Amino acid sequence: MEKPVQRLLQEDLRVINLGLEVFAHSLQEKKVEVVPVNWSPPAGGDQEMQELLRRLED
Amino acid sequence: MSIREANEKALGIINRARPTLIGLDRAGEVLEGLTPKTILHAGPPFPRGWVDMSGPVRGAVIGALLYEGWVSSQEEGEELAASGSINFAPCHHYGAAGPMAGIISPSMPVWIVENKEGGNRTFSTINEGLGRVLRFGAYQEGVIRHLRWIEEGLFPLLQETLEKMGEIDLKEITAQALQMGDECHNRNRAATSLLIRKLAPHIMRVSPGREEGARVLEFMDSNDHFYLNLSMAACKATLDPILGLKECTLVATMARNGTDFGIRVAGLGHRWFTAPAEIIDGLFFPGYSQDDANPDLGDSVISETAGIGGFAMAASPAIVQFVGGSAGEATHYTESMYEITVGESDSYLIPILDFRGTPTGIDVRRVVETGLLPVINTGIAHKKAGIGQIGAGLVRPPLDCFQQALRALVEKYRP
Repeated sequence: MEKPVQRLLQEDLRVINLGLEVFAHSLQEKKVEVVPVNWSPPAGGDQEMQELLRRLED
Repeated sequence: MSIREANEKALGIINRARPTLIGLDRAGEVLEGLTPKTILHAGPPFPRGWVDMSGPVRGAVIGALLYEGWVSSQEEGEELAASGSINFAPCHHYGAAGPMAGIISPSMPVWIVENKEGGNRTFSTINEGLGRVLRFGAYQEGVIRHLRWIEEGLFPLLQETLEKMGEIDLKEITAQALQMGDECHNRNRAATSLLIRKLAPHIMRVSPGREEGARVLEFMDSNDHFYLNLSMAACKATLDPILGLKECTLVATMARNGTDFGIRVAGLGHRWFTAPAEIIDGLFFPGYSQDDANPDLGDSVISETAGIGGFAMAASPAIVQFVGGSAGEATHYTESMYEITVGESDSYLIPILDFRGTPTGIDVRRVVETGLLPVINTGIAHKKAGIGQIGAGLVRPPLDCFQQALRALVEKYRP
């Protein structure tokens, strides 16, 4: 049986790129449509701050 | 009340505020608890007083001591300031806000601003003008003479003018000035002009002769920042009522004393969270560079705390000629501040953003989560006392202040 991922790779790819733009460059060179999303981990990845933020959720 | 409800309540308090100029008086008469031998300064407290002060603050303290007649020379001033017999305290602890060194001593005249929504009052000195002035640490004879003219010439005339003409709605002036290219921190040209329009006929009516009134008007016209001190008192009057609001995670105060940057958070009351002040990135006047710059200084960042200044840069493309960058970047700075605020002003509108309200209500949680720090438009003081302003630029607060506040919010509300 064909797996979903195989079907995906047979179609035209449209890629969402989170964070570092450099990951998108190789795809863009192959004319793949890439939508960049400006993203970084919450609190820059600081686990103490992430836990404090979780406790202060609305 | 949940955090969300508390923050919405705070935003409502900020948006409903009606800061209004109601008069002038001497600081010693109207600042509650301002005893003789008290000197107020900008920013958070100096834990060790004189020892912790940077050059321009020390210079301004010496100037205030000379102005009050408590000493008669620089050497005597330094000795008295270091002796421990002067009570140094933040302007913010006495309901006031002061630009740059922010020095207020009992004889200085202060504007009185009242928030008509809650009745709370705030105070600020009369802006001295540009060049060698006390707020940048200058204390030469000419500086003291100019302060005396403010006290003996300008103050009585403006006091009588306001008594005769009545109150002035400052929110209306600031809102209109944003439509005219000011951001009301580093650009106050429109706001100052609007204020002059309101005051001019009344000044001439109370002036004992034409010349006195004309001199007052010329002085106001010569100083584009004349409105700044009024705007600062208005911003403080707007924000003070949220200080102490339980569960609220919004920033109620930001201030710099030239050594440390400090913030106070609504839900944590009067406690300061401080970290070393940053050096400003900006444009310098000819002959000066970043090596000459004092760290970030002054209470004027109450502007950004209230949603104007750097937060309203999109309204003020001309500001980039003073602080650096491009008009497009000015718009970007404002747009990015919506990421860390809980709402928008319903009075301070930005034409180029289709009259969207300025980003308002800085949420400590959003600052820590995004790592996006408030953008501040500010002047740059020389690190040595008495030289004055050497440029202007952009600066951000230290992230550490917000991280400390986040820890304290959890300790208090979600232990």
